[in-house]
Amino acid sequence: MSKTRTNIMVCGGTGCLASDSEKVAKNLELIIKARGYEEEAKVIQTGCFGFCEQGPIVKIEPDNVFYVRVGPKDAKDIVDEHIVKGRKVERLLYKEPHHNKKIGKQEDMEFYKKQLRIALRNCGLINPEDIYEYIALGGYEALGKALTQMSRDEVVKEVKESGLRGRGGGGFPTGVKWEITKSQESEVKFIICNADEGDPGAFMDRSILEGDPHSVIEAMAIGGYAIGADKGIVYIRAEYPLAISRLKTAIKQSRELGLLGKNIFDSDFSFDIDIKFGAGAFVCGEETALINSCEGKRGEPDFKPPFPAQEGYWGHPTNVNNVETFANIPPIITKGSEWFSSIGTEKSKGTKVFALAGKINNVGLVEVPMGTTLREIIFDIGGGIQGGKKFKAVQTGGPSGGVITEEYLDTPIDYDSLLSIGSMMGSGGMIVMDETDNMVNIAKFYLEFTMDEACGKCAAGRIGTKRLYEILNKITSGKATMADLDALKQLSYMVKGSSLCGLCQTAPNPIISTMKHFWDEYLAFIKDVDHSQGEGEYDGAKNKDNLMLKA
Amino acid sequence: MKVKSLDELKKIREESLEKVNLREKGDVKGDKVEILVGMSTCGISSGARETLTEFIEEIDKSKINNIKVVPVGCIGYCHSEPTVQVNIPGQKPILYGNVKKDKVHEIFEKHLQNGEVVENMVLDIDFERA
Ligand SMILES: Cc1cc2nc3c(=O)[nH]c(=O)nc-3n(C[C@H](O)[C@H](O)[C@H](O)COP(=O)(O)O)c2cc1C
Repeated sequence: MSKTRTNIMVCGGTGCLASDSEKVAKNLELIIKARGYEEEAKVIQTGCFGFCEQGPIVKIEPDNVFYVRVGPKDAKDIVDEHIVKGRKVERLLYKEPHHNKKIGKQEDMEFYKKQLRIALRNCGLINPEDIYEYIALGGYEALGKALTQMSRDEVVKEVKESGLRGRGGGGFPTGVKWEITKSQESEVKFIICNADEGDPGAFMDRSILEGDPHSVIEAMAIGGYAIGADKGIVYIRAEYPLAISRLKTAIKQSRELGLLGKNIFDSDFSFDIDIKFGAGAFVCGEETALINSCEGKRGEPDFKPPFPAQEGYWGHPTNVNNVETFANIPPIITKGSEWFSSIGTEKSKGTKVFALAGKINNVGLVEVPMGTTLREIIFDIGGGIQGGKKFKAVQTGGPSGGVITEEYLDTPIDYDSLLSIGSMMGSGGMIVMDETDNMVNIAKFYLEFTMDEACGKCAAGRIGTKRLYEILNKITSGKATMADLDALKQLSYMVKGSSLCGLCQTAPNPIISTMKHFWDEYLAFIKDVDHSQGEGEYDGAKNKDNLMLKA
Repeated sequence: MKVKSLDELKKIREESLEKVNLREKGDVKGDKVEILVGMSTCGISSGARETLTEFIEEIDKSKINNIKVVPVGCIGYCHSEPTVQVNIPGQKPILYGNVKKDKVHEIFEKHLQNGEVVENMVLDIDFERA
């Protein structure tokens, strides 16, 4: 091996074998020998590359050149051109179907995609109503490992070191939250799974529960063990009947196998899960409102602190995590924190699931490593804008987030970068708008939603969102003046600063960000500005309000 | 039966492996063919249930007995629901999109009976699973 410069990997998967890859390998060997290169180049038969439709596949290492549909006769060219002369054999390179561009390197092929599925790893692959299929793919091994080989501290440490942050919107480090809940002195503790998923346009949690409910059950048990809770609750909106029924089936099956219940894996840890239904209010996704709702009270938030980790369900320390957060836990335990933290950006590890919606071709769910750019998500994975129209903006973070414009599309996304460009990660809704969308109407749409969903407990939220909506309505009906724009902006900051919970603290974000990026579109609606609707420059000298607005 | 140890779990895994081996790699022996139908809310509302029923009826009619229809979760391709994956041993799994009830017969006849992939309905699987 010492002298070997080049490895020629020939796919020996069933698919490629069926299309003569064995002969290809044999011919390569013969020709290499004939040219006297057997010391330098070695032919190796490998497992399947997963690209069978283009087989037989031959990959040259370390050049990382990838040849497709290689026939026995092509062996001569590969050896004479590539091995002897060091030139790529153009005609054997893979051609991308869309652009007919020839691609040699494996990473460059669209097929070796930008998506990596950790939370969605089993969705679409297993029958969610058959626990044995989950087990066949390594299910419940993480729980077994945690209970039989790891101390509670070690579990917490593993999750902490993985760098996993909450996928429900806040991005709080999960391991730290577990540690805080674990450190509380209490006989009784709870672990709650937040499956309220109130962000309009987001459905990743539903998809996980419908496609892979056991991953959440397993993770809750691991979390329960780590923090010292023997009781878990899944809080799920009643509007998700299929997710509920699959979750129920899954819980029943894990009880039958003793993976929930008393003395799991013969340890002294016992754990079981209950389901509580929500009526589908956005505010009930907020953890304190959620806990109130679980207790049968009105779904209204409480002031924090105390945090649920200190005083939660019925006053006991309670750890609330999101569905997707939980779905990441079993692979972290089995594969280790080092593996997980190798994916993503410096401060945001792992992957994030996004729900692509709006004016995008491939509407659906994607899961990408943190640090993927918005452009890659929207144009490469999402297939670009519908009807060949021009991209205008994308809203992340749902009604709590803001719009992101073209100039920021190359930002590698993570929790912090999205905040820095005036939006947020949120739960992963991603709504794409094209050139025909009016941004004032977009802001109005979100405000209508938050106005309806504001619970009414605090005045700033209850009255503020209503007034904001009214001003927006006045603007879009063409009756507003510059003074209204000023009021809109001032009130936005007021509501943001004085509301009780995250719902209304973030509700003005769509207004603030559209005003920042699409000021023209607001002006176009204003009647005392001297230009026709939708075009022209705003002449600041004519209107004294402008100075205030700029301030 | 209760699982009492990691070894017991691993034994169950070994025994169950056969159930899913075909899905990931296609790299297995035998003649068991699988049709996975995406049956989440989105798939069902686009007609996945009718699609699944239609496959079962086609199988019944044809009297072929090595094909299993498996309802699975969704892979997130809302733009192309219902989605159906055909797994035949020794071949790369093929994913079809927009498989409404009326497309079932074509896939069944061409792909499952004659081994011909229905190219115009094929979707790329554009992700890796951890
Ligand atoms: C108005 C509002 C709605 C929320 N909705 C949800 C939700 O639907 N699902 C969710 O997991 N978290 C939601 N959250 C965040 C939760 O309060 C909490 O931070 C989260 O469940 C913690 O889990 P994580 O750390 O795993 O993200 C919401 C927060 C606010 C302020």
